[in-house]
Order: sequence, then C-alpha cells, then structure tokens
Amino acid sequence: MTDYDAIIIGAGHNGLICASYLAKAGKHVLVLDARNEPGGCASTREFAPGHHVSDCAQWLSQFDQGIVKDLDLKAAGLKLGKSKTTISLQSDGDHLVLDGDTISGAGVDSADQAAYRDFKNMVRSFAKLMTTLYRSRPPKLVEQNWTDRLTLMKLGLSLKLLGRERLRDLMRIVMINIYDVMNEHFSHAALKSAIALDAVTGTNMGPRSPNTVYSYLHRATGEHLGQSGTTQVLGGMGAFGQSLATAAEKCGAKIRLGSAVTAIVKTEERVTGVTLDSGEQISAKLVISSADPATTFRRLLGYHQMEAGMAMRVECYRSRSGTAKLHLALSGLPSFTGLSEGQLTERLVITPSMDGMETALNPMKYRELSDLHTFDINIPTLEDPELAPEGQHSLTAIVHYVPYEPDIGWEAGKPQLLSQLVSELEAYAPGIGALVTASELVVPSDFEASHGMTGGSWHHGELSIDQALMMRPFPGSTQYATAVEGLYLCGAGAHPGGGLQGLPGRNAAKEILKRGAL
Amino acid sequence: MSDVSRDTMLLTTPFHSRVEAMCDLNDWGNWMGYTTPNAYFDVELEYFAVRSTTGVFDLSPMNKYRVTGPDAQRYLDRLITRDVSKIGVDRVGYAIWCDDNGQVMDDGTIFRLGEQDYRICSYQRADDWLAWNTLGFDVTIENESEAVAGLAVQGPTSCTVLTLLGCTDLNQLKPFGIAHYSFEGRPLMVSRTGFTGDLGYEVWVPPESAEALWDQLFELGRDYLIKPIGSHALELARIEAGFLQANVDFMPAEEVVRVGRTRSPFELGLGWLVDFKKPLFNGRSALLKEQEKGSRYRFAMLDVEGNKPAEHSFILRGNKQVGTVTSAAWCPTAKANIAYAQIEMPHGAVGDELVAEIYYQRELHWTRLLAPCKVIDTPIFKSPKRWQTPAPPH
Amino acid sequence: MNQYDAIVIGAGHNGLTNGAYLAKAGLKVAVLERNPYIGGATVSRELHKGWWYSNCSYVSSLLRPEITRDLELPRHGLQVVSFGGGATFTRNGDYFGNYSDHDRHYREMARHSKRDANAYDRYAADTSLQTKLIRPYLMRTPPDPTSMKPRDLRDLLEFARSFMDLGEEKLLDTIKFWTASVGDYLNEYFETDVIKAHMAGSGIIGTALGVYSPGTAYVLLHHYMGDVDGNVGAWGFARGGMGAIADALSKAFQSYGGEIFCDANVDEIIVKNGRAAGVALKDGTEYKAPIVVSNLDPKRTFLDITNPSDLPKDVLKKARNFKIRGSSGKLNIALDGLPVFHGLDPRNRLMAGDLHFSDSLERQERAYDDWKAGTWSKDPYLDMMIPSLTDPTMAPPGKHMMSVFVQYAPPKVEGREWTDEDKDGFEKSVIDQISNYSPNFRDLILHCETRTPREIEAEVGLTEGNIFMGELTFDQLLFNRPFPGYAQYRSPIKGMYMCSSGTHPGGGVMAAPGANAAREILADLKKPNTVPGGYADD
Repeated sequence: MTDYDAIIIGAGHNGLICASYLAKAGKHVLVLDARNEPGGCASTREFAPGHHVSDCAQWLSQFDQGIVKDLDLKAAGLKLGKSKTTISLQSDGDHLVLDGDTISGAGVDSADQAAYRDFKNMVRSFAKLMTTLYRSRPPKLVEQNWTDRLTLMKLGLSLKLLGRERLRDLMRIVMINIYDVMNEHFSHAALKSAIALDAVTGTNMGPRSPNTVYSYLHRATGEHLGQSGTTQVLGGMGAFGQSLATAAEKCGAKIRLGSAVTAIVKTEERVTGVTLDSGEQISAKLVISSADPATTFRRLLGYHQMEAGMAMRVECYRSRSGTAKLHLALSGLPSFTGLSEGQLTERLVITPSMDGMETALNPMKYRELSDLHTFDINIPTLEDPELAPEGQHSLTAIVHYVPYEPDIGWEAGKPQLLSQLVSELEAYAPGIGALVTASELVVPSDFEASHGMTGGSWHHGELSIDQALMMRPFPGSTQYATAVEGLYLCGAGAHPGGGLQGLPGRNAAKEILKRGAL
Repeated sequence: MSDVSRDTMLLTTPFHSRVEAMCDLNDWGNWMGYTTPNAYFDVELEYFAVRSTTGVFDLSPMNKYRVTGPDAQRYLDRLITRDVSKIGVDRVGYAIWCDDNGQVMDDGTIFRLGEQDYRICSYQRADDWLAWNTLGFDVTIENESEAVAGLAVQGPTSCTVLTLLGCTDLNQLKPFGIAHYSFEGRPLMVSRTGFTGDLGYEVWVPPESAEALWDQLFELGRDYLIKPIGSHALELARIEAGFLQANVDFMPAEEVVRVGRTRSPFELGLGWLVDFKKPLFNGRSALLKEQEKGSRYRFAMLDVEGNKPAEHSFILRGNKQVGTVTSAAWCPTAKANIAYAQIEMPHGAVGDELVAEIYYQRELHWTRLLAPCKVIDTPIFKSPKRWQTPAPPH
Repeated sequence: MNQYDAIVIGAGHNGLTNGAYLAKAGLKVAVLERNPYIGGATVSRELHKGWWYSNCSYVSSLLRPEITRDLELPRHGLQVVSFGGGATFTRNGDYFGNYSDHDRHYREMARHSKRDANAYDRYAADTSLQTKLIRPYLMRTPPDPTSMKPRDLRDLLEFARSFMDLGEEKLLDTIKFWTASVGDYLNEYFETDVIKAHMAGSGIIGTALGVYSPGTAYVLLHHYMGDVDGNVGAWGFARGGMGAIADALSKAFQSYGGEIFCDANVDEIIVKNGRAAGVALKDGTEYKAPIVVSNLDPKRTFLDITNPSDLPKDVLKKARNFKIRGSSGKLNIALDGLPVFHGLDPRNRLMAGDLHFSDSLERQERAYDDWKAGTWSKDPYLDMMIPSLTDPTMAPPGKHMMSVFVQYAPPKVEGREWTDEDKDGFEKSVIDQISNYSPNFRDLILHCETRTPREIEAEVGLTEGNIFMGELTFDQLLFNRPFPGYAQYRSPIKGMYMCSSGTHPGGGVMAAPGANAAREILADLKKPNTVPGGYADD
C-alpha cells in the first residue's frame, strides 16, 4: 500500500489543476511545494514595505475557462480585473491603442486598421485549430492508438474547415518569423513591434527568429480558451494561486507547503515516491511533476536513474529565457506623456522598432547587457489599491532581452541594468525616477532560484517548434508519461507549454485517468 | 608531390619496430587508425600457431578507457547489461552495451583493477557514448588507448612462455583472472582472456616496455614455437571459437542509418549477458519489452555442408530467403564449414535445417551452390584448455 | 518565323535543362537569354586575361546524376572533378581540416577532440538518415497537401509512409531536425568551436539566417544531399568552370534541335484569352508559342514580365511576399601565385578544398548580426576556394584563381542602394579577413572582381543576388515552393510554367527544377515523358 495514489511535485497552477482533477475523480492526491504559498509562478510578494506585486507572472490572458468552471474557481475566490486594452507607448505621446480588433492613435491609417482586422481573423482561425490540439494530449504519429487517431482526425477536419487558402497560409507562416509576417501585413512600424512583442516575450528569440509566429499563435489561443483579453488578478497573482489551492482542497487534494521535494524515489522498475528536505519519504503509485523537465529529471530524479539516451535528451533540452521583471515602488502615481490617468490602468507596452528589438537580442546572445528593452507594464495598484500603502503605487514590468548570466556578473550588472531600465522608462514617463522609493530587478537566474524554473524559462523550456507539440518536452517522454515508469509531467514543460493556460495540468490528469494509471 | 599533412597519417603501435621486422609479407592493414599487419608470413600457419603452439597478436589499437571515481561501479552498471558487482577485483568480464532502444552498440571486456577502478577494452571507439553516460555520476573517464600497449599471447604453450618471462604461478590464474607482475621495473599485467577460444592471455604494459617485452617473449618462446599472428589469422580463430565482431556481425547501433538494421543482444545470441535483476541499465525497458513481444531476428551458428565458405550467403528455407550470413570460414582445426547468420524469426532454432546460397569463383568462373546447413548450439571449436586451472603445460 | 511549341525564358542551367527535355520530346523549343552569353549563374568568364572565373556558382554536387547521364552531358564535354576536403583556420594559428577519407577525417578531428571525432559517426548517421529521406523527392513534383486529386493523395501517402517507417522517435527527431537551428543541432554532438563552425557553414551559405536561426539545420541538409559519383555530400568542380555545365546542357539541348537566342531581353509574357501565347522582347520582337516557361525567379516572373491584369490577386501578393534575400557576395581574384596560410603547408591537399576563417559559431552569428543591421559583416564568413589547384584550365601554370563566397552582404546597405564606396568597403573586409591568415595574399592579387548583391542582380538577374532564388526555409520548400498551391511548376496562367530554382527542390545547380517542370509540361501536353525518375537510394 502506498501513502497516496499520486504525489504532485509543485503547487503551481498546473500542479494544483492536475491535483484537482485527479482528486475530483476520487484519487488520493498530495501536492508538495517548497514555497510557503501555493501558486508557483502565480505568486504575490511584498517586495518593499507595503508594496505587494505579482512577482513572477503578472497577467492572466489565456487561462482555460473550462478549468475555471470545472473547478469553480470563482467560488474559490478568484477575482479577475477588467479586460485591458494594450497601449503601445510612443515617445511623442501619440500612443497606439490596441483594443480587441480595432487599433487607433499614433497615426495608423485605415489600411492598417483593415489589415489588422484581417490579421486578427487569420490568427483567430489558426489559434482555433491550435486550441483543438492544445486541449488534447499531443497525438503520437506512428505508434498511434484510437485516442491519437481521433485527435488527428479532428485536426484533419479542422484543417479542412480552414479552407484551402487559409490552409496554404498556415503551411507557409507556421514556421517563419513574426518579422516577415508583420511586414507582409502592416506598414505602421509601432503596430508591427507591438504585435511582435507578444511573439518574443518569455522566449530566447527576437522577431526575426523563425518559429516566432508559432509562439505568437500560442499566446493567441487565449481567446479560444475563453479569455477575452489580458487581465490582472485582484490581490495579485498569488490570489490566483490561492484560489486554485482552495479549489484543489475542496476537491479533496491535500497540499503541503514548505515541503521541498529533494528527490524522486525510484526502484529498478518504477518511481515509488519522493523524499522531502526533512528526510521524510512519501510513497505513491504515481509521481506527477509540475516542475520543469530539467528540474524533474536532472535534479529530482537524477540522471543515474534513467537510461543514458534520455539523459542526453534532458541535457539538450533548451530552457533559457531572456525575460526579467522590474518592480518599482512609487510614492505617487506616475504620469506618462500623452496618457490620461484612466489609461494608466491599461496594459502599457514599450517596444523599440522590430529592428530595434532584433538588435536588442544581439548582446543577450553574447552574455552582454543590452541598451534597448521591451516593457510590458502594469500599474496594478490602480485597479487594486490594497496592493500598496494608501496614495502610493507600484509598477511592474516584464522586461525582455536580459541575458541569463552576463559576463560581468549580476552583482555589477544589476545596478547598471536597473538604472538603464528606469532611464528607458523616463523617456515615456518623465519624472518617474523621482517617485521610486524602492526598486527590484528580478533576472532570469533569480526566477530559477526563487521559483525553480531552470534558466528562468517561463515556458519551462523554449517554446520553439522543435520542442513543442508532439516533441514536447522531448521524444520518448511525450503524452505526459515519461520514459520512466510511474513518473508523469504536468507542468509547462509538457504539451502545450506555458503561459498560464492550465492545460498541461488538466490534460495530464485526464490522460492519467484515461490510461487507468491509477 | 607528397601530401604533407603527416599529423593525420596512420599511427604505429609501440611494438611497431618489432612487428615490422617480423612482417615477412609486408602486408599491412588499417585497424582503428593504426598500421597493423594482415599477415606476417602465412595466414594458415599463423592460425595454427594459435591452435598448437603460441600466437602473438598486437592488440594495442584496441580502445581502452579507464573508469575511476566513487561512482565507477554504478556508472558501469548503468552502461552494460550484466551485473558489474559480480566482477571481482582482478577479474575481467565480457560485456555488451546497448542504447536506450536495447540495440547493441559494442561489446568489450571490463577489467576490474580496484574497488572503483575499471578499464573498458572495446573494439569500437566509445568516447562520445561514455562521456554522455557520465551525466549523473561522479566518475572520470580517461581514454588510455595510447598509454597501454597490449599483446594477445594465445595458444597451448602460452602459459609456459609467459611463466618463463617471469609470470610466476601463472598456471594458477583462472579464466578471466588478472595477475600483476613487473617487467624491467615497470608494471606488467596479465589477464587470462582472448579472442581465440584457446588457452591464452593478454599482456598489458606501458608503451615504454613494449619493445623489450616483444624481444624477450620471442626469445624465451622460441623453443615453444612462438609466432606472431596478423588480423587474418585471428579472424579465422575467432569465427571458429564463436566470437562476434562489431561492424561484421552487427552494426554498432549509433552508426546505423537505415531503419531496422540494428540488433538487440537477444538477436545476437547474447541474451545470456542481459541481467534484468541487476540495477538499471541502458536499454532495460526496451529489452524487457522485446522479451515479452519476441525478437525480430535470431543469431544462428550454421554447420554448412561441403567445404565452400558461405561468405555473404543468403540463407533460404525452401525458396524463401530467411537470413544472411555475416561471418563464415572453413575451420582448420574443427574441420568444419562454419557460418554465422542473422535469421528472421521464427526460423533458425537449434537443429533447423536451412540452405545456404553460396557463390564462389574459380578462375573467374562463378558457381552458385545451394548447400544444406544446420543450426548448431555451440561454437564448433571448444578447447578444454581454455577453462582448465591450473593451465595445462602445453 | 518566330513560332515555337515552347519558349523558355532564361538560358540558365534550369532553362536549358527544361528546354532539352521538351526538345527531346519533339517540341520546337527556343530558349531566350537576356545576356550576350548563356549560363545565367552557371558561367565561366575570362574577366582577366588567362584567368577564368566561375563568377557566380562555383562548385557542383547537387547536379542530378540522372540528368547528367540522361542528357549525356559527359559526351557534351562536362567533366566534374571531386575536390574533397577543406579547412577552417583558427585565430591561434592552427586549422581544422576536413578530409574526405573517413579515417583520416577521424584522426584530424581527434587532434582537436577525441570525443568529437567519435561523435562524428553518430552525427553522420543521423544526418544521413535525413538526406536519405529527402533525396528521393528531388526528381519529383511535390504533392499538394490541400488537393484531393488521386495523384496528390497517392504521393502524399507515400511521402507520409516514408516518414512513418522511421518509427515514432526517429520521426519526431526528424521533425526536430527540420525545425531546428544548425547551431543547436551541432551542439547536440560536438564540443569544439572550430569543428562546429566548420560544419555550420553549410547551414548558412546562401541564406539570410544565422547559425542559431531555426530552420538552418535543413539548409545544412541541402548542402549534404548532393553527391559526386555516388559519394553523398561530396562536392566537385566542373572542369573549365561552372560554365561547362551550361555549355554541355546547351549542346544537349541543341542536339535535340533546340534554338538559343542571346541578347533576347523579354519584356512581357503575352497572354491571350487567359492562355500564354508567347513573349515580347524589349526590342519589340515577338516569339509565339502556346507554352512559355519562365526560368526567372518567382518575383521577376510574376512581378516583372507578367502583366498584373493577367494574374489573380493572391498570386501577386504571394510573389511579393516570396522571400528572396540577398545575403551573400562574391570576390573572384586572379593571383600571381599560391597564397600561404598560417599553419597549413601549401602542399597539403586541403588547400584545394573549401577554406574558411570563422572558427566559432559566435563569430558566424555576429556576422549575421551585421547583416540584420543592414551592413556587410565586419568579420565575414568566407567559403573560399582555389579551383586552379584542381583544374589547370582556370589559370596560367603557377598562377591561381581564387573564388571567395562571402556571407553576409545585405541587399541594401542600411536601407539604401549599394554605392561604389560600399563595394570598396565590402571588398576590403574580405581581403583583410584573408590577409589576417595569409601574409603573402595581398601582394599576389592581380585582379579582383567584387560582386555585391547589386552586381549579381544586375548581371544575372537573381533578385537581391540570392543564389537559391528564394530562401530555403520550410515556408518555401517542397509543396510550399515557390508558394503553396503553385508548387507543381504551373503558373495560374494556362500554358505558362515555372522552372527556376525558385521552384522545388530549389537552388544549388541541381537542374532538377528544370527537369521536373518539363515532366509536368509534357504531361499537360499528353506527350510521352522524356524526363528520368530519380535513382533508387539505398
């Protein structure tokens, strides 16, 4: 007899979702997490006295609404803010506003407006197709069983329904870069870069890297997953994590926080449980890891417990991201040139031109700091004043093109980069520097240390086609099962990847139940 | 004009000056990047030296990898299919290693030199695979191919000759045992191993000792009719004795391009080297599956009628081609016509009667011969001397 | 009487091949060439007295042996000589030599890293698997995956089956390969910078991508899938320069009764009642034929010489979006003697191979960064050869001809057209690069022809000077080349076809596009096929 049916490593959103579905099916599930709060990357932290920020992920934009319903997350306390429009800040104060299918400002002409609608329609139809694939386990292509065949048939049908022209468009663009697609569709430079931003954030790529259309489409699945736009979670992302934990417990899952798994226990045949940092051993029929593949296989299981070819696969799996977080505590509300106070609550983005973004990528490749960055900004305290002391505000920004480990080291690099970033912000929000009472720069290696994400990769591994879909995380360990008996994956390192969709956790649970693995 | 990039020319072994002096035929081949003799004076006579006196084969080009560190044994256990813990200190084990799909990459011998100190001696190079295998183990791999010179000293009088050289009580050394001596102030290691199926030893020394070792060996062995042997004679001996060879009897899995051309241990008749009770090893789960589902091929040793070696023959059952021959030879000692074949399942069980489609030519005239053959269960040549301890004097 | 059964526009190697197969089927064929000489980008030109330059394409491997044999090109004077090998010089005065002999190659690699030398066998096996998959499709028309025609379905099924036969894991590895960057691919095998850099060159040559751009592993394959006399991946020189290929093809074409007209600059394809009816030259001459085949790249074909009103809108859009990217330039240099390179004995046969100076992936990637920024690379990747070490007809005895392919060179410099000063700067960067490794090189230069994308486009008509007539990325390969829906050599206009390297299977002097297009044309005409199928490749 084992202590549990399943142990889930990591109380991040995917771990909790997987646990909930399994517990709902009557399974005896334990979720373990090293951190003291549930949610993993969906976390809130007080980074300066009285200033609480979503210190890792900051937006919810593509969370599967089926999961919200299935787990009744609203009852569990999940409160989303309003759906935000995206405002791409321009240095002259005439900003570009992207709201649903319409764009305005910054001198966009009607041709680009029409092109934008067409583009959104095209993206929508492709994203719909991807959603079909995203909501099921990735099909095997040769060793197919009926489930796989059904998925492939559904996919085939969806492809057919796209129509011949759209299908041909898809065949052409799915593996190319966002840079070319933007140039094919639009003439407005700021519009192109505002869209390209979504293709590169969280990755190790620039707009000219092939496969960035895929990463863009990945983000565009949000609409089909039932989420109508980018939102902040009231109470910070930690509240999202908390609601998932509440739901999981309501389903009957047990959650133990502050309990770091140090090893996955395995006999010659199969995984049998885990060891905690306290030395305690807990057994289970299955261990399901929501940690990233490198952490799961290299650190927790250990290369010596798998066959060498698999160890090679893990070692060659790429998980590095060039994305950092900037947190600023502000003594008052900053003012951005050309933005009304009301607009400050929207999603504000700052991007160089697409060429500038590509140039910004270069130093990152050579472990150097860049002097250009992209910003994806939220001032959460406007919608959610409780996150800061009265009258004060916080600003959080996802900053892209930050190297994992600069040659000069982070001790010297961080202050340098921090002042660089604040000065880049100053160009759009003059005087913001004077409002800063505390600041924090969280670089990829910090995420690795605090949230256990190898390489700081939000996607738990580069979301490039060669590491996506049926290949995710790597051949031999697909469909949530791994080459190691009894060990499953349910995190973003499994299909369909990261971005707070909740699908890896949900799909993994469904797959495990369907297989009768429990 | 000569091609001046001499840094890529074939290497010579530490015995080369002596080998060259004895290579009457001046018939050389390239073995693992070394200039090695195909034959010294007469292939057949060299072969008979192994079977009736002593044959000396320079095996310095073999790849040797030293495995040390706290995890050395665990590392090897994950690498090879047999239980490493059963190889005691100063013992040698024959082993194979597989990829994750349970397909054979190479075979070789594992020398246990200390508690956590091993040497892998392999026919194929394995730097890449051994390095990848270190992930997760506290172990150091050192390619010591050039740092260790080796001679195979094989045949009925080999023990006597080596004893004269100073290997005291060598006759007490059991098969697959290792004994340590010194030779001219440097270490000399003898293992009772070989590729001939006869009584025989492999002698390992630092390269600096090589020439003196050769000289003394041939001096002391003269009365015991010691002879050098080249690759061709060894090939004959190994086929007769039932040993497989990479790139001949199977393709190293990592070098295979075409689907289905790799082979598992079971398909090579090496299932006895696979131990599912030992700790995890590469290929374990695939091999378990194969055991359950059955193999695609079977390794068969064939006793072929007549005296025409069945080299590269098709193996037929009725009109249907069921296999191909990988190695074949007329065995001069056993006086038998032997072939190794890969036979499609379910054919090729011991006792099966099949037909070898042999093509041979005499004076440019090609003849097709359909020779009946029978699957036998053990190598045709089995010398009791190989297993006797104390070793018989001659 | 300018009435023909078929007109081919452009006497490059594909145009001549296409013409030859049509003529062989009994059609009356004219090939029209804008330049006063034939060959397009497969030419040998005496631009300095006594020195012959293959001043565009410079080596041969991909030329389909089926075509060479079927059109009896050796009888028409073609001789392809394998050169084998090459080297990359390192900044520390050493080099990595790439010997064609397997064992010697091992030993040279082992000099740098035994592990890499051993890993090469695994690399070679994995990469060969990919070449084996693609080679059978070179002499075939790609199926249209959106079509329900029996032929397309059958071909697709066969295509799918060849992939399915690999088994799940190898199939996924294949997809990974096709979508990966050459840098990431090589990192899975090798640890030594210079070894990786030497091999990565094949992943970027002729391509506007960097070694870390996904998709470049396929470009590597494109350079590996050819062969010389069955040695897959080997490269050779056409004796007398690349013009020898065009010459042999033209003789084959003429032996079937075909006619070639030089200085015939096509202005427009004449379309009557929705059907191709012939072409009009810039000088007003008209040639009439019910079949018009364009050997120009897809952009020129649809945007320059076809009246937009004759084309559906989507094709115009697709032609505009078709990616032809100038990424390379070329220097052809007449030398007074043999240059000496640090670390390599001038008598070493590697000297006759492809020589390079980028000894790390990072240097190659930085060279690409410059291109992205709109300038030529400050530290360029060079594919340099001295064909006169193999072919005595290229230069006077004791003298040498050097061909330097340069990557990267942008189609426009920082957004503006190339100026003569830019060209000088580009030339200097290349000469400096070579001089850094060869002390006597500069003094040996007798004549240097420098070709930026501007010159290549102006002279040969390759848009942006792109050697493959279109990027070799998946969006433009197989059934996507040149555009989805038009990958079977037919244009939207009845009677008008495409046969350039902009169609499947792409550039690199294969002649397969020309041959495959001819097969489709003959099928439409219900004429017996004269085009050979591909050799079985086991």
